[in-house]
Amino acid sequence: MLKPDREVGIVGYGAYVPRFRLPASEVARVWGDTGGLPIKEKAVAGLDEDTVTMSIEAARNALARAAIAPEEIRAVWVGSESHPYAVKPSSTIVAEAIGAAPHIQAADLEFACKAGSEAIVMGIGLVGSGMGRYVLSIGMDTAQGRPGDALEFTAASGGAAFLLGPGAESLAVYEASLSHVTDTPDFWRRAYAHYPSHGHRFTGEPAYFEHTLSAAKGLMEEMGTQPGDYDYAVFHQPNTKFPQRAAQMLGFKPEQIKAGLLVPVIGNTYAGSSLIGLTAVLDEARPGQRIFMVSFGSGAGSDAFSLRVTDKIAERRDRAPLTKDYIARCKYVDYATYARYRHKLQMK
Amino acid sequence: MRDVVIIGTGQTPVGELWEKSLRHLAHDAIMPALADAGVERPDALYVGNMLSGQLVGQEHLGALIADFVGLRGIEAMKVEAACGSGAAALRVGLMAVASGMHDVVLVCGVEKMTDTLGDFTTSALATAADQEYEVSQGVSFVALNALLMRRYMYEYKVPKEDFAAFTINAHRNGANNPYAMFRSPITQKAYAQASMIADPINLMDSSPVCDGAACVVLASADLFRSRAKARILASAVATDSLAVHDRRNPLVLDAVAESSHRAYVQAQITPADIHFFEVHDAFSIMAALSLEAAGFAPCGAGVRLASEGEIAIGGRLPIATMGGLKARGHPVGATGIYQVVEAVQQLTGNAGANQVQGCSIGMTQNIGGSGATVITHILGAI
Repeated sequence: MLKPDREVGIVGYGAYVPRFRLPASEVARVWGDTGGLPIKEKAVAGLDEDTVTMSIEAARNALARAAIAPEEIRAVWVGSESHPYAVKPSSTIVAEAIGAAPHIQAADLEFACKAGSEAIVMGIGLVGSGMGRYVLSIGMDTAQGRPGDALEFTAASGGAAFLLGPGAESLAVYEASLSHVTDTPDFWRRAYAHYPSHGHRFTGEPAYFEHTLSAAKGLMEEMGTQPGDYDYAVFHQPNTKFPQRAAQMLGFKPEQIKAGLLVPVIGNTYAGSSLIGLTAVLDEARPGQRIFMVSFGSGAGSDAFSLRVTDKIAERRDRAPLTKDYIARCKYVDYATYARYRHKLQMK
Repeated sequence: MRDVVIIGTGQTPVGELWEKSLRHLAHDAIMPALADAGVERPDALYVGNMLSGQLVGQEHLGALIADFVGLRGIEAMKVEAACGSGAAALRVGLMAVASGMHDVVLVCGVEKMTDTLGDFTTSALATAADQEYEVSQGVSFVALNALLMRRYMYEYKVPKEDFAAFTINAHRNGANNPYAMFRSPITQKAYAQASMIADPINLMDSSPVCDGAACVVLASADLFRSRAKARILASAVATDSLAVHDRRNPLVLDAVAESSHRAYVQAQITPADIHFFEVHDAFSIMAALSLEAAGFAPCGAGVRLASEGEIAIGGRLPIATMGGLKARGHPVGATGIYQVVEAVQQLTGNAGANQVQGCSIGMTQNIGGSGATVITHILGAI
């Protein structure tokens, strides 16, 4: 169990979901539906959007809520599996755009869908050690799904940014975290490959459930907490069924995961998935309430967090658009438009 | 020829056994079988396996497994006859003991199918069909069986929902088998709502891709009489064309008829004397066609046998008594041995809640491909 010497929390948070939506029925229309649709619709980044631009949007929202000067930020870490460059950091562009550079740490993280929560653990470490007052940790993706692959129904765009800082200034405090990581080849994308590969059913039991449940149980065991101690629970959500089943297996009730379960309407935003689930929860949580969050990234690992909301939530929540505002801002596209926006047509 | 008895059995649970390699699976079936038989060093090991070369990249299983289970030095080899590989290995072991060349042998069926992606596994399975005339047209085994089922429904005016009786029976029996992959009963409604794979075959018509291993120890009846668990009364192999379209009538499995007939003659019995039948229900249509060709129902009436409940434990001819290929699972090269292990469970009164009361004669039938190799064994209680 990780618990910093100095209390660390979230001083500001921000979500971002692009405007366009591709209904799962539209994917099924083109590629066929063999086993029911895993979600209702997914968010699709526009032609002029990528992980960097969306990270900047979310970071500005986090800054607006925190109401701190960007030059006070000591590190900018961006977790994604769709960094626009293979070599050249997304994080420096984001840092420069929001005015955080130059005397900072900046780096990109990759851990499939866990890169964002890993950036949060790193941020807790930096702030908790006293090396920096504020850290900006981001999980954001424009996830790729091979046309015709089962993942194309869900691979979506979006994510969230968290400004971490001293517990006394925070709208939610991190009580503790615990991670569970193994070498499990359930999903991967090799260098120069345009689309990822996955191990079909192997992505379930030995990957998602094994890591999610191990991290979740481990943290609750070490903290001495029970599912009933939490008002909300957020899980990584690659489809609708997995987080529902993980919650049920751990003993959480459907009403505990309802607020953070966004996958049916925005899809799987990969490194942003559990993080944007958390922003949706913070959008409605009340002071004193507790939140349990577990990420999952293929390859594979999970980070489990226990948070307690403080009374600072009320004044900061409305300083930036809510997660649901982005979800409501929605324009449907057909498969052809999606294929163009997501560069599915390779001209050369 | 000498009489042959089964003196020991072993089996692993069937499922997606990602933590176990091919050799570990074989080990986990062989060691309990040897302990059960009270034998330390058999004369030979015959391994039934179809896909190790394609899905594991490993051939030469005889020596590999013999060495891994501590039997380095004994005679060992792999026997392959597509999905009938398990029973084919049993047949080889039986010939070795019956001929007097060996006194006690191990026969192990083992298959590892879930470490590869689904489409790759499907392609590997299709190597049991005729590559030049069937597979080159793009058909898989599901597609071949779908063609047969569609034709059956048309010729005999059987509605699709009637096939559910096979699946419901298999899952009901699998629920009581701790080694079965699927241990939950299913309903007519679940069958009707199952995802379609190749119309009219849906997920519930199809046996699962899975891993598993099963093992029997065969011995000379004269030398091991006191340890005998079951007698082998008959063993018969018959073949047909690989390609379905080359057959006299695609809806009549001639090799099933011939293999069954030879077995009945050897055992000096008729189909009416069989107390239970471990049928090769890789797809529900295969179960129907097998029941008909083996003489348990007239052509076109196999499905009715199921829908009228005759195939249930307590019915006229219980089939798939421990779940069959559908619910216990179909680790292809191991299936034929699982069938025999389960028949021994029945004949020794060790089938638990699925016990066929008073049974003394059981039949197992293992099919390679869509019916090109059919291996029938009839077992009797001691």
